[in-house]
Amino acid sequence: MLLNVNNLSVSFGGVHALNLDHFSLRDKELRVIIGPNGAGKSTFLDIICGKTKADKGEILFNGKAVTGKTEVAIAEMGIGRKFQKPSVFPGLTVHDNLLLAAKMKKDIFSSLFFKPTAALADRIHAVATKLSLTTVMYKMAGDLSHGQKQWLEIAIVVLQDPTLMLIDEPAAGMSDEETEKTGALLLELSKAHSIIVIEHDMKFVEQIARELVTVLVRGKRLMEGTFAEVKNDQRVIDCYLGRTNAQLETL
Amino acid sequence: MKTKNNPLYYILFIAIFAILLPAGYMSGLISVNTISVWGRYFCFAIAALGIDLIWGYTGILSMCQAFFFCLGSYGIAMHLLLKKTMATGAVLPDFMAWNKIETLPLFWQPFQSFGWTLLLCLLVPALIAFAAGFVLFRSRIKGVYMAIITQALTLAMWLLFLRNETNLGGTNGLTDFKTLLGYDLSSSSVKLGLYMISFTMLCAAYFGCYRITHSKFGKVLQAIRDSESRISYAAYKVVDYKLAIFVVAALLAAVGGMLYLPQTGIITPGRMDVKASVEMVMWVALGGRGNLKGAVIGALLVNFLYSVCTSLFPDSWLFILGFLFVITVLYFDKGFMGLANSIKQRFSTGSFKTSQTPL
Repeated sequence: MLLNVNNLSVSFGGVHALNLDHFSLRDKELRVIIGPNGAGKSTFLDIICGKTKADKGEILFNGKAVTGKTEVAIAEMGIGRKFQKPSVFPGLTVHDNLLLAAKMKKDIFSSLFFKPTAALADRIHAVATKLSLTTVMYKMAGDLSHGQKQWLEIAIVVLQDPTLMLIDEPAAGMSDEETEKTGALLLELSKAHSIIVIEHDMKFVEQIARELVTVLVRGKRLMEGTFAEVKNDQRVIDCYLGRTNAQLETL
Repeated sequence: MKTKNNPLYYILFIAIFAILLPAGYMSGLISVNTISVWGRYFCFAIAALGIDLIWGYTGILSMCQAFFFCLGSYGIAMHLLLKKTMATGAVLPDFMAWNKIETLPLFWQPFQSFGWTLLLCLLVPALIAFAAGFVLFRSRIKGVYMAIITQALTLAMWLLFLRNETNLGGTNGLTDFKTLLGYDLSSSSVKLGLYMISFTMLCAAYFGCYRITHSKFGKVLQAIRDSESRISYAAYKVVDYKLAIFVVAALLAAVGGMLYLPQTGIITPGRMDVKASVEMVMWVALGGRGNLKGAVIGALLVNFLYSVCTSLFPDSWLFILGFLFVITVLYFDKGFMGLANSIKQRFSTGSFKTSQTPL
């Protein structure tokens, strides 16, 4: 197993945001995590990539502990993160965004005396082609459309060449066509990387969930199964529909 | 920000300040005081380049650049004062004698040698910047808190330098210097020489900053300004980068201060009071943040305006500066350079496009 999580819990001001008994991910597996709002999906990814500190529990990545490490150390271990809200460098060109992401030595002196190489240029070009960014290479990232920003951030993660990619709502705010393309891309990436995707869009989940889907509800793992199993599970239906009913009752 | 680099600007700049002004002085059209005044502005411009690196490019509002500037000035001042004291045959500088101090304080000793003075003028600000930066950046202090803490540091140092017990001349500061390396500071040719040295240093500093901002290192700095979390998830150690550029900015301020002192002939703690440290940031804000030319032009223009306005309307300078600042913030947030660029764009394309960049 590439990633092993045991008894992970974190609370914010007394509220249990996450209380995960067990979670594991195989190498080169694409796992989708679904769940209603506030289920702790993003919090889970935040803990893996070092943004949030867990109260207790362990996360083993390739057998090494992740908890307690800094963001940089975790990134160096080979975990890359795409955030829910596209987070790119708006004041830099698309090309520079990609250049900064690319895997290389990242200390200050290497950066100061950095000379671009042909191999690196090819790699950036290849990733940009894959994500349809070649036509906007010298545009400011801040001027891109929402969908393009999403792709740019995915490209940033891809160029880091991580073993594990944590992708938070990649299809949010995208058109159907763009969503489909994103799905195809994730499937292709899963041949070389392990990926955890958080998503709400069930059509999109159906497209990419070739293996297991994990359902989180109120910080706990409700079930794990194939997309068909999850879709037809009464508890999953209840917790999605039940929420709506509860909201209706309060009205 | 990717403006075409027109060599015309550089040629014009060098032609005016390296040829026209000295030539004007040689032919007697411009007084030596004017030359000296511009020499001082160049020192401010060097410090402004540092502010642009740390604030304009990296997005860290540091209010203690005036303090680093003063450290450079005080270092050179101590050396000059000791030389003058020795020349007159006294044991201690006058102000110490008045304060009934009998032996030269230990920290004054190394300033008897010019080499040590140069070294300490750079080393002390660099070390202070490193120590302060290390603590601040490690604790992830950002934004307005960073500005408040650095301003508080400057204020604390200002209070410290004001005290007679600090043995740095208190409120009166250090003044009345005669010679630098044997050259008479009051002679016109020495003043012209210092002017040329300041100008050369400004060009060198500009070139160095240009190289930094156009390297991948500079792009990382801009990335830190845009999205600090993203760049740390891309495995860049943000603290290292911030610390490095903070030290570079402190060194630039110190170099500015070192060159400033012999041209102005006095240094008092007033150079690093709250007003002075805010003003230094305003040069860059008015000139154009995140633009090296803007920093230089801002520092030169604001100081030039200062000397013009204070002689024409002595009481209203702060109102004028405040008014300029308000206009800049409201209408052209990229400063003079941003304004010049948008006017140029307007003429070339016929359409007015305001630049949108995040704060």
